[in-house]
Amino acid sequence: MSLGSVPLKYKISIDRDQCMKCMRCVDNCSYGVYRIEDDKIIIDSRKCTACHRCISMCPRDAITLQERPVDYRSHPLWTVEAREDVINQARTGKIILAGMGNAVDYPIIFDRLVLDACQVTNPSIDPLREPMELRTYLGKKPSKIEFTRDDKGDIDLKTELTPNLKLDTPLMIGHMSYGAISLNAQLSIAKAAKKSGTFMGTGEGGMHEAIYPYQDHSIVQIASGRFGVNIDYLERGAAIEIKVGQGAKPGIGGHLPGEKVCTDVSCTRMIPLGSDAISPAPHHDIYSIEDLAQLVRSLKEATEWKKPVFVKIAAVHNVAAIAAGIARSDADAVVIDGFKGGTGAAPKVFRDSVGMPIEAAVAAVDQKLNDQGIRNEVSVIASGGIRNSGDLAKSIALGADAVYIGTASLIALGCRVCGNCYRGLCPWGIATQREDLVDRIDPEVGSEHVANLIQGWTLELSELMGAAGLNSIESLRGNRSRLRSYMLDEGLMDVLQVDSVGA
Amino acid sequence: MCGIIGVIDRNMSLMDGSSIREALSLMDERGSGEGAGYVAYGIYPDHADCYAIHVFFDNLVEPKSSVDEILQDWGHIVHQEEIPTYEQPGLKKEHISWRYFFKPDAELMVGTSNPKDEIVKYVVMRVNSEIEGALIFSSGINLGVFKASGWPEDVANYFRIEDYKGYIWLAHNRYPTNTSGWWGGAHPFNLLDWSVVHNGEITSYGTNRRYVESHGYNCTMFTDTEVVAYLFDLLGREHGLPEDIVVEALAARFWDEIDEMPEKQEKFMRTLRLTYGPALMNGPFAIVVATNKGIVGFTDRIKLRPMVVGENGSRLYISSEEAAIRVMDPDVESIYMPRAGEPVIGRVIE
Amino acid sequence: MEPLVIDAKGMHYTPLNKKIRSAVALGVKEIVINNVRGQRFIANGLRGHDVKITINGVPGGDLCMFMSGPECVVYGNTDHASGNTMDSGTLVIHGSGGDAVAHSMRGGKVFVRDNIGYRGGIHMKQYGLKRPILAVGGTSHSFLGEYMAGGIVLVLGIGREVSVQDRGIGSGIHGGEIVIRGDVDEKLLGVGAKKVDFTEEDLERLSPVIKEFCEKFDIDPTPFLDTNYSRIVPASSRPFAGKYTWE
Repeated sequence: MSLGSVPLKYKISIDRDQCMKCMRCVDNCSYGVYRIEDDKIIIDSRKCTACHRCISMCPRDAITLQERPVDYRSHPLWTVEAREDVINQARTGKIILAGMGNAVDYPIIFDRLVLDACQVTNPSIDPLREPMELRTYLGKKPSKIEFTRDDKGDIDLKTELTPNLKLDTPLMIGHMSYGAISLNAQLSIAKAAKKSGTFMGTGEGGMHEAIYPYQDHSIVQIASGRFGVNIDYLERGAAIEIKVGQGAKPGIGGHLPGEKVCTDVSCTRMIPLGSDAISPAPHHDIYSIEDLAQLVRSLKEATEWKKPVFVKIAAVHNVAAIAAGIARSDADAVVIDGFKGGTGAAPKVFRDSVGMPIEAAVAAVDQKLNDQGIRNEVSVIASGGIRNSGDLAKSIALGADAVYIGTASLIALGCRVCGNCYRGLCPWGIATQREDLVDRIDPEVGSEHVANLIQGWTLELSELMGAAGLNSIESLRGNRSRLRSYMLDEGLMDVLQVDSVGA
Repeated sequence: MCGIIGVIDRNMSLMDGSSIREALSLMDERGSGEGAGYVAYGIYPDHADCYAIHVFFDNLVEPKSSVDEILQDWGHIVHQEEIPTYEQPGLKKEHISWRYFFKPDAELMVGTSNPKDEIVKYVVMRVNSEIEGALIFSSGINLGVFKASGWPEDVANYFRIEDYKGYIWLAHNRYPTNTSGWWGGAHPFNLLDWSVVHNGEITSYGTNRRYVESHGYNCTMFTDTEVVAYLFDLLGREHGLPEDIVVEALAARFWDEIDEMPEKQEKFMRTLRLTYGPALMNGPFAIVVATNKGIVGFTDRIKLRPMVVGENGSRLYISSEEAAIRVMDPDVESIYMPRAGEPVIGRVIE
Repeated sequence: MEPLVIDAKGMHYTPLNKKIRSAVALGVKEIVINNVRGQRFIANGLRGHDVKITINGVPGGDLCMFMSGPECVVYGNTDHASGNTMDSGTLVIHGSGGDAVAHSMRGGKVFVRDNIGYRGGIHMKQYGLKRPILAVGGTSHSFLGEYMAGGIVLVLGIGREVSVQDRGIGSGIHGGEIVIRGDVDEKLLGVGAKKVDFTEEDLERLSPVIKEFCEKFDIDPTPFLDTNYSRIVPASSRPFAGKYTWE
């Protein structure tokens, strides 16, 4: 019995009057949508992923793309996707693999929160004329300061600060490993981080030599696979991050498929060529919170207590209590990754159904740490689905010290969120190791785009803060009174600790 | 808006409340007739070993018996009475003003180096968040807050503040925005030895509030000023920072200034700012804080609210307007405007 | 240079490691640490290819984690995850190891005279010339060589009729080999692992390891130099290749 084929996801057509047969579409499509037969460009729409590479390269705007050209009988429960997934699994009996972030139409809490501005009772601040301080320090802070002062007024400080990361803007680029993304993509990001006075995550794939010049602006990650981890690697990073979980796939590990393990990736990860790079679900030396504290201390001991250590967890239901446990270790920062965070590959059911949104998670963590009187002693980094400076400002008002962005930085490099990263054929040269595709990114140009994005958001954040009469980022952090909810339910408002608009 | 004025006699010679009433009335333009208040230090020499607890009661039945009970549980009421008041045509009596002279039993509180203060702080937080119809608005030793909804002169006359003699006075003329003119919302705000008058709005209130709440304070007054009293109590009393360093934390130097400092000072300022980031106050404000040891005035970091300082011999004045100082002391010698965020400190000479 | 002798009684691990580091920086080649009781992270991240550290006592967890070069000899048992993510060098344990011995080990050798706990050699991996070795004189508990991505795990089962009796050997193994003295019951193998014959070539390859192990503990290697071993290897280097279908 045949199930037959499902309808096209995308239909590509070429306006033949416009087309000048320059062949750029043929050359650019790594999925094989276009081919030449008898001097004619033939289209195989079934192969299209809507990555837009051909459209963006067509000099005549001759290509159009239509999503879902064939209608199904509409049904609110049995969506097209639900039906096609069933057909797929009936055929294969396998786990459905998907890319990028959560694709379910959950409400976006950020879009139900509004920021405040000043009128009359206090003045707005113009960031062009007046000082505006976005500088952010990530790391442990003392609970109080201790010092002595002699008769002459000279202060002798007793409190010793532990190393903190200094950010010029509360915005970093999250961990995307070399292997998951290309070297040119990672290099663009590393250069941009340095240019912008911020930091980028190496991901769990070790550090390629090409990144060494930017290592002072990198946070090296140690995940359950321990790829590329040795003492040199740990010492290179400005900080070290233990990845416990990822918002896009809480509770499971990761598999970098062997196809993506090319010579350079194998060298950086320190594993054989073409072998799957498997990160187990847990760290097998962490089965409990005290084991995590042990790993934190082990990393600090190995690097002689010179590096801040971050711990990244996926936003799961008990995130606040887990974060409070992490805060009690020697960890300097807790990274909370919401379920809208991106990924190169995740089982679809995890990507779409496990975890919770960053807005609620960061608010709950901030509240729990505040209730326990230790909020300022540890930093909180929010990530997972932050799309613009508004989301950034709201994250901070909900209690984050800084955010990580991932997908946004890839979009700045060309990504159109087609979600086929796991196939290793990314026509934008991002999620691929194929040399000809990787070469499509010029790290100089790429870094400029990423740095522009950071600069744009930073300027907007300054403006938002100025309008709210704040000239220092500390005064926005956790400042729920400058946020209102617009059409959120009471339960969620309680979690977020925000009032309704008008209240 | 609002207008503030404060004075200290550093030799601790006593001043009655008549001149500060005149000075505050001069600044009526800054207020709206919906709130005014005064605090004076040194007014209860006969009970100088007791905490003077001032309470607004809605009635003397349930709320008062609840407060009596809590106080008796935690110590000994040496004396109590209604605060004498005198009817004013322009002032509606919303509450009964009551005062207790209270000695806490230090043995009942553990886990602190100052059990008496902790008991009184606990009582204040508990009464103000749990007992309906009772609000403790003054809780220090040998000091008292007098405040109500009304114009400054009416409030002064209602309490006859000229009958009190203190070596420190702060006064405040309110133009309310955050809360309507309820009596509890008038300034000064007080907790234990700390009293605060404030002109402006604290845009960082949400952050500051979370920080003090994280350390056991309950914000119950629906306005941003009380958080300043709690910040001073937390940093000044619990963490033991001197007033000028508290001000350095609350109105922290800008990073670019800190970066330019000599290494040792830079390290201190950076550590201070990182430690007390959530205590940093933002927005327009001029604030005067008093304790029995002296007064501290300071403005926000970019001077969005006015503050003038005058000196004459042992007296130091801090006010929103120079004219108010001149009303109090026509012979005032030096008048100057401090820089943004710079603390102005007047200490008693002991 | 004279060996440095440290009395670790009551000493916290941070000052202990500082002492070790500064001694190595000054050129000390031999360090003896006495009265070790539970100090974690000893020789953590330590570099130095001709440095020998002798530990008398019972060290705490993560012994020699990230270590790169030195030889560390322990007279006593070790705790959780000794040799964790070790880079190179040698760890010799005159006693038993705890759980997760040689976790994520990347290179170097860990020799354990007696037994190891659960998940020994988990996620060991190799690259280029770096080929980690975990050799155990006694036996191992479950999940030996789980997720193994390279290197060699050797279990000799000295003094036992059956070397390993616990389940889950080589679950998810996708590189390297697990060599166990005598036969191994098929039902003990984890998913993705398969048992193959141990050949003369294998013996030739493994005999230096067997000899080195025996030498460390003063054991006569002759009885172990035959082909009476089971060799457990990955069924595939891509154990998860067939698990997924594209969206």
